[in-house]
Amino acid sequence: MQKGDFSKEFLQKIAAAEPQWMREKRLEAYEFYESLPMPHTTQDDVWRRTVDMRTQDYWRRTRRYLRSFAVEKYHPSVPNGAVSSKDVDYDEAETAGVLVQVDGQCHHTSDSEILKEKGVYFADLHTALQEQPELLRTYFMNRAVTLETALKSGNIAQHNKFDALHGAFWRGGYLLHVPKGVTVEVPLRVYIRMSEAEQADLSHTLIIAEEGSQVVVLEDNLSTTPDASGFHSGAVEIFAGQNANVTYVQVQRWNRHVWNFASHRAMVDRDAQLCWVTATFGGRLNKINQAVVLEGAGGNAKMLGLAFTDARQHLDISTAQEHVSPHTFSDLLYRTVLKDRAQSAWGGNIYVYPSANHTDAYQKNDNLLLSERAHADTLPGLEIQAHEVRCTHGATAGKIDAEQVFYLMSRGVSYAQAEKLIVDGFFEPVMERIPLESVREELRTSVTRKLE
Amino acid sequence: MANELTIKDLHISVQGNPIIKGLNLSVQQGEIHALMGPNGSGKSTLAKGLMGHPLYEVDSGEVIFDGVDVLELEPNERAKLGLFLAFQYPTAIPGVSLANFLRLAVSAVRGKEANGSEKDGLIPMREFRRELREKMQQLGVDDSFARRYLNDGFSGGELKRAEILQLAMLEPKIAILDETDSGLDIDAVRIVGESVSQLIGPDLGVLIITHYPRLLDYIRPQFVHILLDGRVVESGGWELTQVLEAEGYDPIREKHGIDE
Ligand SMILES: Nc1ncnc2c1ncn2[C@@H]1O[C@H](COP(=O)(O)OP(=O)(O)O)[C@@H](O)[C@H]1O
Ligand SMILES: [Mg+2]
Repeated sequence: MQKGDFSKEFLQKIAAAEPQWMREKRLEAYEFYESLPMPHTTQDDVWRRTVDMRTQDYWRRTRRYLRSFAVEKYHPSVPNGAVSSKDVDYDEAETAGVLVQVDGQCHHTSDSEILKEKGVYFADLHTALQEQPELLRTYFMNRAVTLETALKSGNIAQHNKFDALHGAFWRGGYLLHVPKGVTVEVPLRVYIRMSEAEQADLSHTLIIAEEGSQVVVLEDNLSTTPDASGFHSGAVEIFAGQNANVTYVQVQRWNRHVWNFASHRAMVDRDAQLCWVTATFGGRLNKINQAVVLEGAGGNAKMLGLAFTDARQHLDISTAQEHVSPHTFSDLLYRTVLKDRAQSAWGGNIYVYPSANHTDAYQKNDNLLLSERAHADTLPGLEIQAHEVRCTHGATAGKIDAEQVFYLMSRGVSYAQAEKLIVDGFFEPVMERIPLESVREELRTSVTRKLE
Repeated sequence: MANELTIKDLHISVQGNPIIKGLNLSVQQGEIHALMGPNGSGKSTLAKGLMGHPLYEVDSGEVIFDGVDVLELEPNERAKLGLFLAFQYPTAIPGVSLANFLRLAVSAVRGKEANGSEKDGLIPMREFRRELREKMQQLGVDDSFARRYLNDGFSGGELKRAEILQLAMLEPKIAILDETDSGLDIDAVRIVGESVSQLIGPDLGVLIITHYPRLLDYIRPQFVHILLDGRVVESGGWELTQVLEAEGYDPIREKHGIDE
């Protein structure tokens, strides 16, 4: 079996069976990737808070991970292969479609009769490239996460070497296309797994909800083995068409040996609604860019973030709420709990362009520190160039309150129980805005596991 | 057998400042005591120190209950032993519902054996709900209380009633009520007073801390103590409250040579 690496030759091999435009796209990304220097934590502003990159050393390891990308594994649909039910647990009646991917290969898809009847397209991205080339050509890394993202979004995302890497070597992920006016009542579920050591997961999420459609996607990213080292360089692109209603939940539970890089970007059209939940529990180092662009008037985006990091996990999140059109609304609430020696850096920006009068934009980041050695930096920001704009932003970081602990303990609960109550209470404002009880349940379980 | 909370020569300091300086006091189950003292005399310091607040440092002295050295115990273990403190200023805990919390607390205090066969060691949900509803009705507390976040955005009267509700659910042997009447209007004091008197019985010893005797109209103490300069300087019966009402603390201060 021929091993892969980051060379152009390898790229040409893996792209050989793909349409020419995709081949060119990959090669273009590759040129970018080659030309961009490795991010530098002291010289590059947006990487300044990404501690402990030990870049060169890390880079050598990443190259090794990519060698696991054998060419044969590159167009890898293994449809309806075996799926271990211990890792994939869902209620069939409550699920419209399922996709399971393990180590970059799609192992299982099932879309219900309902999806077929409604004309919803849901498949792994390699299959989609064969079956829905026009959709991919229009949307894939063209309008949301692009190599030029930086030019559109103020100063948050400079050209990102990892986005370029993703563009060149992407493997796995899925396309969901919901046609005009179609409502999918129950959620679709996606399980993305890393199992073997030294794996690189470069999955790409592409959700296109056409005008007036409605859909809920629950995506779960998980390492099935606790000690397998790995690397994720992902992208999420969401298009909520006019008047569409999209709920997207991503739960990330990579193990503590996974280096995690991702760019997420959602485009919200006229009068569309997006409810976007990001829950982060895993990863050794996480560097995430998450942006919502309110392109059409009347668009509405809720961004809910919940993160719990411990041990030596590092979490670095940059968010952007970009208001391009008037009468748009965005509300971001990100809450992080940090334990042990975990560190987090959150930088959020609201951009209100001159074309976006009558905008409401809210942004709040709160951090709860459970130990002396945990550390949180938080940097909210506003850039307003329009009129009649209502914006608020705020950030807090504080240790667990000794008065609260004493109050609870004085009624008989142990320190551990008091801590859990306070943590659950801290996350509650995020939880109560999540519209699905099953998701709230899953998140509560993950939070509880972190406290054990 | 009625147990006694015995406090002997207790010294408590806060951030290095001695506040309680040699206090002696005993409260038995079934007895009602009032501890009166002006603002700043150390009443809350005593209460929090007895419950084990980490900021209130016990420098010396003894606190014994049920033959156990209370000062060795964590606050939750003191609660399990049967002590309860109704806070003067209850702490708000956003996001934590009163019912959820109270189910944990009641289960912890009653112990696993009492809670039956539930795997999580908690009192069964239905049983708990029934009991909570009963107690809420008994105390005239609105049903919505259970779902609300603990002390979060509560009015003064609601805060104190929530404390009394927890007292009723936890069924302690000794309850310390720290100014449960302060900051309330006359009606609220009456409601709180009547609620507490419903709970009084041979198994409950009460230490009512107050600087103002309104609450005592509803709960008549058998013993009254006056706290000045970190010590109990006078103990007596009901008549002491009358003396205080008529003359204030000044004559007592003078008598014991204590500066204001
Ligand atoms: N948490 C605290 N931090 C600093 N000083 C305190 C604290 N608690 C009490 N004290 C001090 O202890 C003294 C007694 O206060 P306190 O016990 O609250 O009195 P009381 O309850 O009788 O009004 C006061 O001088 C007060 O300033
Ligand atoms: Mg006080």
